[in-house]
Amino acid sequence: MSLSRRDVLKGAACTGLVLASGVNAQARDKTLPPAALGILYDATLCIGCQACMSGCKRANKLEPDPSGNESLWDNPTELSTKSLTVIKQYRQNETEDKAQTVKSGFIKRQCMHCVDPACVSACPVSAMQKDPATGIVTYNKKACIGCRYCQIACPYNVPTFEFDKPFPQIVKCQLCDHLLAKGDIAACCQVCPTGASLYGPVELLKEEAKRRLALPEGQVALFPANDIRTGRTVSHTTAEYQQHIYGEKELGGTQVLLLSSLPFAKLGLQDLPEESYAGVSENIQHTLYKGMILPMALLAGLLYFVKRNER
Amino acid sequence: MRERDIITQRLGISRRDFMKFCSATAVAMGLDASFAPQIAQAITAARRPPVIWLHGQECTGCTETLLRPSHPTLDHLILDLISLDYHETLCAGGGHQAEQVMHQSIKENEGKFILVIEGAVPVKDGGVYCQVGGKPFVDTVREIGPKAAAVIAIGSCASWGGIQAAAPNPTGATGVPAILKEQTVVTIPGCPPNAQNFLSTVIYFLTFNKLPALDSKNRPLFAYGRLIHENCERRPHFDAGRFAGAFGDAGHRLGYCLFKLGCKGPVTHANCPIQLFCEVGSGAWPVGTGHPCFGCTEEGVGFNTPLFTQAKITIPTPAATPPPITTEQESQVTPLATTLTGAAVGVAVGAAMMAGKKATSEDEE
Amino acid sequence: MSPKSAPLSSRIFTWQFAFFLLIACCATFFIVKRFIFGIGSVANMNNGYPFGIWIALDVVVGTALGCGGYAMALLVYVANRGQYHPLVRPALMASAFGYSLAGLSVVFDIGRYWQMYNMFLPQYMNLNSVMLEVGLCIATYTTVLWIEFAPTFLERFGLKAPLKTLSKMLFIFIALGVLLPTMHQSSMGTLMIIAGYKLSPLWQTTWLPLLFLFSALCMGYAIVIFEGVLSQTGFKRPSEAPMLAKISRVMNWCLGLFIGLRFFDLFTRDAFGLAFTGTTQANLFLLENGLLLAAFILLLSPALCKKPAIHFLGGCFVLAGSGLFRFNTYITGFDPLTGHTYFPAASEITITLGIVAIEIMAYLIFVKTLPVLPSIGKEPHKI
Repeated sequence: MSLSRRDVLKGAACTGLVLASGVNAQARDKTLPPAALGILYDATLCIGCQACMSGCKRANKLEPDPSGNESLWDNPTELSTKSLTVIKQYRQNETEDKAQTVKSGFIKRQCMHCVDPACVSACPVSAMQKDPATGIVTYNKKACIGCRYCQIACPYNVPTFEFDKPFPQIVKCQLCDHLLAKGDIAACCQVCPTGASLYGPVELLKEEAKRRLALPEGQVALFPANDIRTGRTVSHTTAEYQQHIYGEKELGGTQVLLLSSLPFAKLGLQDLPEESYAGVSENIQHTLYKGMILPMALLAGLLYFVKRNER
Repeated sequence: MRERDIITQRLGISRRDFMKFCSATAVAMGLDASFAPQIAQAITAARRPPVIWLHGQECTGCTETLLRPSHPTLDHLILDLISLDYHETLCAGGGHQAEQVMHQSIKENEGKFILVIEGAVPVKDGGVYCQVGGKPFVDTVREIGPKAAAVIAIGSCASWGGIQAAAPNPTGATGVPAILKEQTVVTIPGCPPNAQNFLSTVIYFLTFNKLPALDSKNRPLFAYGRLIHENCERRPHFDAGRFAGAFGDAGHRLGYCLFKLGCKGPVTHANCPIQLFCEVGSGAWPVGTGHPCFGCTEEGVGFNTPLFTQAKITIPTPAATPPPITTEQESQVTPLATTLTGAAVGVAVGAAMMAGKKATSEDEE
Repeated sequence: MSPKSAPLSSRIFTWQFAFFLLIACCATFFIVKRFIFGIGSVANMNNGYPFGIWIALDVVVGTALGCGGYAMALLVYVANRGQYHPLVRPALMASAFGYSLAGLSVVFDIGRYWQMYNMFLPQYMNLNSVMLEVGLCIATYTTVLWIEFAPTFLERFGLKAPLKTLSKMLFIFIALGVLLPTMHQSSMGTLMIIAGYKLSPLWQTTWLPLLFLFSALCMGYAIVIFEGVLSQTGFKRPSEAPMLAKISRVMNWCLGLFIGLRFFDLFTRDAFGLAFTGTTQANLFLLENGLLLAAFILLLSPALCKKPAIHFLGGCFVLAGSGLFRFNTYITGFDPLTGHTYFPAASEITITLGIVAIEIMAYLIFVKTLPVLPSIGKEPHKI
């Protein structure tokens, strides 16, 4: 007896159906860890002083990164192995909508510490880990093999790789978790003079973000600074906010939340769906390889056919 | 006699002015103003510490600059607070008489006097290029140095050779620390140094009977702990990228940063922007007058790096203007890479075509 | 196993061989440089484009070119088309080379290569990771390929006893040799799903695993045709045209499925319009699919297929088009939208060319010293 071509094609089609059905197969449970820590960055309070960048370099013992200009300044144009956080500035150009009231704005780039981190899902050797309590996404160089798949996976282009070193590492913001043990907070929030970068439990930060969105424009209000739990406040005149907390729902949410008076797309932040890409990828993978049942069944069938057809 | 009268009589100033001076000195040294009474006591002590002041290869600019301050006048301080037993420029006497006074003072105050050396010490050819009283200066330094309680090298020449040590250094000019290797020689570099820095060092020694904290080049940290660049009044212009491009251009007239004119502020440790010079008010220091710092307090910079050569920024900090949201990276396409790609694709396509042709022709045979 | 194979008895060192050796030497120089000064010293990969041609060409396209063994095993052992058996051994050998050298590329592409074994340590394994599946599966399959190919060595050196034992167990490895590529070739598609918006909608789809599987099969058959024709003309061997023509028919079925799924997916996602926007991505998409459609149409007629020029041309189009599909999915269709650009450095290209050169040299050495190609009963011409 021999298998007809038709049978083979049927088999292939079945495999395809299983593959495709995998997309909606399971709902993964990815929720905010109980003691999740994060940062609320309010671009309307940021003055672009870049103290956070300097503070970050001191706390993480990083070299200056004069990329992109005359080496006079520590001015990275992007996140790099020497810069875990970067302040960027949007400036309205001549071709853009003149009616737009906000002409300029800052944005702080750093690891978003996703609720469902793509890098953690992607890493083959578990070098990227999400702390079960604080939710901080950490990197373990002892595990890392340097495949850079985390970089492909990260929707915010955060992890960077030391291409210039013979024994390289992945470098990313780890929310100053080395300072947490000492009772300190993330250096960028510690040094922020205006409270634009605010550290604290994500639940509190979310409440605070919602409070700010509800504030009427132009009113003098108190804004918590440095660490939301300490009660230290700074007074500012409220700006007109975009009624959107970036990071509340994006790809399952992030522990770094962003507020701005400019549309986030202008600040280089993509419009992202609520379902994470990691979830889509894992669903396919788990559907196909759950308990290795499907591959084993396929192997059994193959063994049967090969044994029979072998001469 | 009451203390007040002593001060009034000896220094010719009111007690109030004197205490103000003591507080100011304390602050200059990085001490709390509450040290002022202690300083006052040290200065007014009955036994004034003897000072021997030697001159080597120098221009006397350091002495000159010490004569400038007027709050109180330094001549008062030098003549009344300390016992300046020997100073070639200020000596009333001369020749053998002066020499004798010096040797007598050294003998009487061995281990107690402060030795101040101004000027470089030439060592080439047995040190014949600088002799006082028929004796090579290097021998004098070696002889007197070990007998002093403290040795202070004032000025860049005494600190590391200064302009004399610039290439080709025909006389083998050397700094005092290199001659007196066995002991700590405090250096107060500068061309000229700030009088306040010297004065503060001496008073610190008188008050606490020890030397102030020093950096790796034996400069007092209170004066040389930070880069000029860090405290410069024109720093905001640097951060914003506003530079003078040439002397007298628009940027120069607007008081922009002098970095591009060769300012050595980013590599020079000194307190010039804070302390200023000569008590004549704001702007009284080189950068304040529109001239780039030439790095006189930094060995290897002043008299070594050409005046208009740009300094290297060792610890860059963020500029005032953050980068834009998206920075287009430079194209990586190189002619060689494109050639290689083209050649590889060409060879592959060509080989496939040839093989295909061959296969066809064989098939037709 | 098969007494019908024999080594070619021609000279190994020819001017062509010297040319490939030169390229391999240049590549070796740059590989040494990479290990001393880091990846950035020879390659243009950057934080926006962390995967370069070493992954996209050497591994993703390279292993697909190495799918000849997989495709033929599927045809011969599963679909029971025993008449194609003479083509299995050369295909297996090419697969073994393709996969081994892809593995080699990974060693110098991976940053922390000295910790590569972490992939095999259970405490480090992340079962959610597609990369883990691909890595482990490729490593296992490469081993399986060499075991499948082992009878060739055993025959050459006359080791009868191990040959007998292996022959008994070979069916297990043949079955594994079909299962494993099915797994990792599809996973190579899954690999890019997590890139999300960074991969252009022209390529980003949840059908990627199946598309990659079909493209691997297409390329597997295409490479068998390609090598068949080349070895026939290159080594002056009798024509295998009738057999290759039939394989080209099988290939066209796979290709039809691929194209069907590809366009069904593009239309259902409303992404097809992007193909005509004139961007580099769009143009490469058109080129990719133009090549595949051309091959499909060319091979539609069974009569035309019989002409070596036609099935050879069809095979070449499939290799180019399907290879481009894979390359586009990994490099040109990928844009992190951060202003980063990527074009390989000359040294980076040289390393990839060196890998290809090593592969060709090894192929030449093997067919001339081992019983790989089907025996033709008489002394072949020297080349």
